Amino acid sequence: MIEMKSVSKWYGATQVLNDCSVKINKGEVVVVCGPSGSGKSTLIKTINALEPIQKGEIWVDGIAVHDRATNLPKMRSRVGMVFQHFELFPHLSVADNLTIAQVKVLGRRKDEAKKRGLQMLERVGLIEHQHKFPGQLSGGQQQRVAIARALSMDPIIMLFDEPTSALDPEMVGEVLDVMVGLASEGMTMMVVTHEMGFARKVSNRVIFMDVGGRILEDTTKDEFFGNIEDRQPRTREFLNKILQY
Amino acid sequence: MSTLDFSFYTWANISNYLISGLYFSVSLTIAATIGGIALGTIIALMRLSNIKPLEYVATWYVNVFRSVPLVMVLLWFFLLVPSGFYDLFPGETGQKYRAEICALITFIVFEAAFFSEIVRAGIQSLPRGQMNAGQALGMTYGQNMRYIILPQAIRNMLPVFLTQTIVLFQDTSLVYAIGAYDILKGFEIMGNTFGRRIETYLLAAVVYFAISFTLSMLVKSLNQKIRIVR
Repeated sequence: MIEMKSVSKWYGATQVLNDCSVKINKGEVVVVCGPSGSGKSTLIKTINALEPIQKGEIWVDGIAVHDRATNLPKMRSRVGMVFQHFELFPHLSVADNLTIAQVKVLGRRKDEAKKRGLQMLERVGLIEHQHKFPGQLSGGQQQRVAIARALSMDPIIMLFDEPTSALDPEMVGEVLDVMVGLASEGMTMMVVTHEMGFARKVSNRVIFMDVGGRILEDTTKDEFFGNIEDRQPRTREFLNKILQY
Repeated sequence: MSTLDFSFYTWANISNYLISGLYFSVSLTIAATIGGIALGTIIALMRLSNIKPLEYVATWYVNVFRSVPLVMVLLWFFLLVPSGFYDLFPGETGQKYRAEICALITFIVFEAAFFSEIVRAGIQSLPRGQMNAGQALGMTYGQNMRYIILPQAIRNMLPVFLTQTIVLFQDTSLVYAIGAYDILKGFEIMGNTFGRRIETYLLAAVVYFAISFTLSMLVKSLNQKIRIVR
């Protein structure tokens, strides 16, 4: 479903992605972790071309993302993305946040879009907040609306870029619950996160990235959380640090 | 020196000399604000377009009009544009509105340079993630600007727009240079007619002050309201 072949990216002279290759099959949940500055967020944003690449190939459901001739908006409308800082549209109500892209991008009728949007809002447990504005919701609620907004587009893949990093600890659970539900329904997901509990519970594979934008490990979940002595020294160091407390 | 005498300031004289001038000043302010924001938005989008020739033209547009006095632009336009141009907009009885049309176009063109900088600042003050979110949902650049970025940028900049409009209202008095009948002109004629120039200029100042100060207070309360919503 997603295939990245030897992807490299530079900001000026600084290399931020170094020869990254990843393959994600339909229905797989892949967690990407690693220290800050390792290029995790950049990697996930190259998949829907929010970050352009200089070298390599990216294929999403048979579409060549790296090709200049590709209709990027059309491709992006099929790939859902959830951001660290939610990025709901503050000038629109929750209901309008859910419908605007369905109407303007997919060309759905307003009532049709609203129906779909509210279904998704119901699913994340926030149907009673449809008339509110994003600023009136808590961080956890905003992120759930953001997930519902992405799902309303009926995406074939969902990308999550540190979806819980900007949340108060007590709100992390409600967002992860929604994501676990999605995963168990067979949604194809790529998730940049430090939530190792989530990785352990629902992921199929774990990718570990290190500074300089290199993929150091790409293993099954069982391997990753199995015998820590089998991991690369750098991964071991990272895991020891984040699992210490 | 004689004492001030305001006895000529009667309702009959106000309606006779001042109403049409006030009407022109206010209409010019409103039309130039709307036209200036529309043209200014286009210039701001050109400047942020990442298309070099468009950026270049927009940057120079802004630099030129911000570096020359408005009254000079007004005179240029008045003197350089052939009178045949004004025949395109005849009045009901066939009279020419030369000064009025000249003032309107000049103000829109000139103020657009200032409004474009406000729009640009508004767009740039939005978090980059907003643009990304629109893109990620499949919106084209144009859709993103129209539905996501500009509505927020313009809303955030509303107090600044209004402040600029107050300046604009005061600047409309410059149309005296091309002989348009604005509120100041009305006072001037009234003053000359009654031989009471000091009093009329004093009253003109009061009128400008009253309108501008009221608008300023409005901006202030608007600012507080916006702060609460955020």
